Amino acid sequence: MNSTLDDIQLGENATVYKLNSTGNIRRRFLDIGLIENTTVKCVGENASKNMKAFLIRGAIIAIRTDDLKDILIK
Amino acid sequence: MENKTIALAGNPNVGKSTVFNGLTGMNQHTGNWAGKTVENAFGIVTGNKNTYTLVDIPGTYSLMANSKEEQIARFYLCFENCDAVIVVCDATCIERNLNLVLQTMEIHKNVLVCVNLLDEAKRKGITVDLDLLSKRLGTCVFGTTAKDKKSLKTVLDTLDDYFEKSKNNSFFNILYDDAIEKAICVLQSEIEKIDCKTLNPRWISLKILEKDMSLIDEISDFLGVDLLQNEAIINAIKKANKILAEENLAGEKIKDKIVFSIVNYAELICKNIIKTTSQKSYNKDQKIDKILTSKTFGFPIMFIGLLVILWLTISGANYPSNLLYTLFMYLQDKLIELSIIIGLPQWLYNALFLGVFRVLSWVVAVMLPPMTIFFPLFTLLEDVGFLPRVAYNLDKPFKKCNACGKQALTMCMGFGCNAVGVTGCRIIDSKRERLIAILTNTFVPCNGRFSSLIAVITMFFIGSSIGLFSSLFSAFLLALTILLGILITFLASNFLSKTLLKGEPSSFTLELPSYRKPQILKVIVRSIFDRTLYVLKRAIIVAAPAGLIIWLFANIHIGGQTILEISSLYLHPIAKIFGLDGVILLAFILGFPANEIVIPIILMAYLSSSTLIDYSDLSTLKTLFVDNGWTITTALCFIVFSLFHWPCSTTVLTIKHETNSLKWTLVSVILPTAIGLILCFLINLLSTIFA
Repeated sequence: MNSTLDDIQLGENATVYKLNSTGNIRRRFLDIGLIENTTVKCVGENASKNMKAFLIRGAIIAIRTDDLKDILIK
Repeated sequence: MENKTIALAGNPNVGKSTVFNGLTGMNQHTGNWAGKTVENAFGIVTGNKNTYTLVDIPGTYSLMANSKEEQIARFYLCFENCDAVIVVCDATCIERNLNLVLQTMEIHKNVLVCVNLLDEAKRKGITVDLDLLSKRLGTCVFGTTAKDKKSLKTVLDTLDDYFEKSKNNSFFNILYDDAIEKAICVLQSEIEKIDCKTLNPRWISLKILEKDMSLIDEISDFLGVDLLQNEAIINAIKKANKILAEENLAGEKIKDKIVFSIVNYAELICKNIIKTTSQKSYNKDQKIDKILTSKTFGFPIMFIGLLVILWLTISGANYPSNLLYTLFMYLQDKLIELSIIIGLPQWLYNALFLGVFRVLSWVVAVMLPPMTIFFPLFTLLEDVGFLPRVAYNLDKPFKKCNACGKQALTMCMGFGCNAVGVTGCRIIDSKRERLIAILTNTFVPCNGRFSSLIAVITMFFIGSSIGLFSSLFSAFLLALTILLGILITFLASNFLSKTLLKGEPSSFTLELPSYRKPQILKVIVRSIFDRTLYVLKRAIIVAAPAGLIIWLFANIHIGGQTILEISSLYLHPIAKIFGLDGVILLAFILGFPANEIVIPIILMAYLSSSTLIDYSDLSTLKTLFVDNGWTITTALCFIVFSLFHWPCSTTVLTIKHETNSLKWTLVSVILPTAIGLILCFLINLLSTIFA
């Protein structure tokens, strides 16, 4: 079982292996450059603990943990 | 001197609006989070050689049309004639921005790249080799720091130079996978046989292969040729699809591959162009976020932030309000004296100065000072980058109600003005969630209602002293009231998403921009100017006529009683059930045009049977209210009903405009009223039980 982006902790890096997301969110991920072989870094979590923030190609983007579970990492 | 039309495109949050405003001088608000500018705007600026009409296009990450903003942006760039496009980019994340740049260069021949936020990049230790980027893209690339006026001049000079050179530019070709290239080739040879006007035949072929049906229709309309009815094209499409199918690129997969190619291409172009020398600034942002978005400190800090803003608004507005009021009362007396001297009939000067003028002066004296404090403070919060963190923290409760985290932001906008909050709901992509946000926006009190709430809170829950402590306590109680509004927002959103607006929560991502130093002076000056104009305009358009009508109601006698007395007596029995009285209920009804006139109406009604007193002092006012039957319960019910009743006329009209549906507009009126009535009924019931 591959780990997902939800599994990485604050300060850790990860490289995207496969994007299982579908529909609009998949489009959004592709637009911001979150594709296979992209390396991202987890930079934080929100107060209600349901979103994590990542450094993706120079920008900080917050994504819901539910959606993170569809992004497999190496 | 020619006139050139220039489109301003770019990702959200790159300072595009700052460039636009800086050049055209138009007063368009600059939001610091994705999606704020959702409408196109025009402006004209004159350079040394030409005049330029700038068109500000909605900020988008891409032109593959996943949202309304992207559709608008793409439509404009493809089909509206513009002489050139400037894509504004954020120097701190050029790679991501290149996605839009490359897609734009496939569509339009004349694309300039404006690398903005160079000061931010410098702060973060990022340098961008503009010359190398220009060489690799094959187009003009220039750098700016949009908030610096001198930098903006560079834009005009660059445009002047650009049009002087009058090159015959060509479309940029992004190299895709072999199979896709083969497929494009097959289709392109047929497409080129038609007159493609200003469009790129290669791009048209690509979009047909992508099967973007609505775009294909738009292209067909533009060219005046139904592409999908053309025999030769249909055959070519079949051949192309076969090529794609062989590489397992049928259906949705081709779109993926196309985006992959663009993103990888962008990465390649940026190699060696971007150099990062320090992590200092990222670390600072993260340190702040660690506290602001932490589990322990996040929510308390947001509450304290709200409290501080309210306290500054209340205590800051107090003195100017009294001053303005005294001034207006002085004017009123002088104007009446003058009228008597001129010989105006009493009914006329009474109607004008005791009716129209009095309501006008209350509205301006009571609303203007708090608004001119609140709005700039709020704008500063936005510009600093605080608001996205609010949405970030509040996402979970909104998601639990099957609503969108962005609703936190529209809710905040509603604090200033509910109509603005409703328009702001355009940032929510999902129609269902947008409706929920629109229908619940009125639960947070707008500035117009602040004044009534503060007056009643101060009268009945604070002492008569106006000091530092009491204004803090006032702010605290107002904050609690707002929390009640927010709580009901959650409950109502939850209710709506389980009944009238059922559906699954949509996914969304939120960009957290760097914390930026806001241009404090500029914001304050612009805000004060804007808000003063706004309040004065509203006072003249709404409050003045309303004042006249109410004065007429209070002075036209039918069978020994004024219309005001008759109506309030009629409403009284119903109002009593909800802890209010006939006058209060009538005031809310007559206050439909604008919430700020509710208290003046109540005052006018109570005063018509009393002698004239000076009522700028809240403690004297309290006596007036108590003499007319007000108790703590009445005050509580007034506060609750003020929070939860039908939206004001401007908001209702805005809701009708945004939803385009009579049904939802009715719901927007009934829902808050029902909640208000139920809560007031309960409060009244409880107080009679426990009294």
